Amino acid sequence: MSPRIVVVTAGLTVPSSTRLLADQLAEATSVQVSARGESVETSFIELREVAGELATFMVTGGIPTPRLTELREQVAAADGLIAVTPVFNASFSGLFKMFFDAVDPDSLTGTPVLIAATAGTSRHSLVLDHAMRPLFAYLRAVVVPTGVFAATEDFGSHGLAERITRAAAQLAAAVLSQWEYAVGGFAPDLAARPRRTSGTQVEADVTPFGDLLRGHSGSGQG
Amino acid sequence: MQFGIFSVGDITTDPTTGRTPSEAERISLMTKIALKAEEVGLDVFATGEHHNPPFVVSSPTTHLGYIAAKTEKLLLSTSTTLITTNDPVKIAEDYAFLQHLSGGRVDLMMGRGNTGPVYPWFGKDIRDGIKLAIENYHLLRTLWREPVVNWQGQFRTPLQGYTSTPAPLDGTPPFVWHGSIRSTEIAEQAAYYGDGFFHNHIFWNKEHTEQMVQLYRRRFEFYGHGAADQAYVGLGGQVFMAGSEAEAKRVFRPYFDNAPVYGHGPSLEDFTKMTPLTVGTTEQVIERTLGFADYVGDYQRQMFLIDHAGLPESLVLEQVEMLGTEVVPVLRAEFERRRPAHVPSDPPTHASLVAAGADAPHHLVEPAREHVEKLKAEQAAQPAGVGA
Repeated sequence: MSPRIVVVTAGLTVPSSTRLLADQLAEATSVQVSARGESVETSFIELREVAGELATFMVTGGIPTPRLTELREQVAAADGLIAVTPVFNASFSGLFKMFFDAVDPDSLTGTPVLIAATAGTSRHSLVLDHAMRPLFAYLRAVVVPTGVFAATEDFGSHGLAERITRAAAQLAAAVLSQWEYAVGGFAPDLAARPRRTSGTQVEADVTPFGDLLRGHSGSGQG
Repeated sequence: MQFGIFSVGDITTDPTTGRTPSEAERISLMTKIALKAEEVGLDVFATGEHHNPPFVVSSPTTHLGYIAAKTEKLLLSTSTTLITTNDPVKIAEDYAFLQHLSGGRVDLMMGRGNTGPVYPWFGKDIRDGIKLAIENYHLLRTLWREPVVNWQGQFRTPLQGYTSTPAPLDGTPPFVWHGSIRSTEIAEQAAYYGDGFFHNHIFWNKEHTEQMVQLYRRRFEFYGHGAADQAYVGLGGQVFMAGSEAEAKRVFRPYFDNAPVYGHGPSLEDFTKMTPLTVGTTEQVIERTLGFADYVGDYQRQMFLIDHAGLPESLVLEQVEMLGTEVVPVLRAEFERRRPAHVPSDPPTHASLVAAGADAPHHLVEPAREHVEKLKAEQAAQPAGVGA
């Protein structure tokens, strides 16, 4: 088994510069993981394809549609995440946020994440650190230090490729360091492993009722 | 098997006419639904409980007491009774009183309520929802089973030498269901006491309902109340029927498209696929409903939601009539045909609980306690490293 990288991309047009950036980040990450002696399994989530399902999920209080359930499980099982959004009116797009509103708050705990954004102008570049980084901090993900911002003009510049390589190297290193303890199976590592859930299944392990009742049985104890 | 109607008691504008019923009209419609349900041979009417607009159903026992006086056989229930924000002492009194008025035609379904601000209005905090449900229900059981109660918990003022009056009819507390869509703690609670578990079902995919019900069944058996397939399961369902599927969809679509909860979202067709909603002929409703038992197992109570989204009185009463005369007679026969002999057809009723006698587990506050202690003793007796 190889580490699984999930790429979430919120581009709306075809072709999309957001997807173009996402492809480059995915490719660079794959190269960086390979350079460290592991292969990588990459899958893409094109949010445009589930825009309708996300709207349904929102207005029904969370009815799980089949495709969305699959994607939520994919995110919760990812060893690393690349999240790319276009900037609309000074923040990530609504579609991008809808998807991360639909994932379980415990689905990315401790997971390495690379954040990236595209925009028509470089004046939007702080979106990475003012909007995206706090979002993933709330989800208790581990956001790698380099975020990649690409304004239209950057697609013709040398600096973008360097930033992509640097970010990909950081993500690859983070994914593999987690990966080691994920497959190692030694008790101390397993104990340190954060609990993650997609929230799509009923948890089979229920708290025994004796524990739930403790302090509430009316005996005045506990 | 029991079949009935459950209402949430919302006031919603009829999207086809723009007319909004008054509170008096809405309450009157709910009464008419209950009376019609008895007339056409349905078994149960359950009212919701809410303490905020657009709902009118703030006083369930007042309403059920009135319906009790106008009916003879109909079982009166709730969907749900708020075990979190109500004082369990008042629930014990009100529903025991209703038992006496109705000759024992009462059971209840416990629910937590999901509207944040309602909790502080009643001095509670929604973040304590599960703990409130656990502590309050345990006190409710105690009040119905012990003549003099000394009690001290986390959420309510202590009780010293308190006696709840009237005592339950014939010394027999009503049967209780616990309703929850996704909280496994509530399925566990229902299983622990050997109570019924009700899954609302109507806003969710069948895989989810199946997992919740199976969890309850597995734990019901674990706590020694019987085999998993003998646990008491109730389900919600949502239907709209007409002479043809096309006609049913034509009439129902504007109500669906504008409904609270799911309106302005998925299409009627998508929602029909994702959830148990059935809009079509009585035959289609029969076929779909029978299919529920394929994933939750043979069960004991099926409730239908038919009076929401601003549907007018004439259409709603017509639906009750079709359920009673065309759908439920077939469902009764077919569900019994597939049910194994050891699986109960009905949930416990007042008559069956009285017949079981004063020594039956129903009369214990914690029927599973002895069984759990035995399991613990067995576990302790095993050598280390063996067993689960």
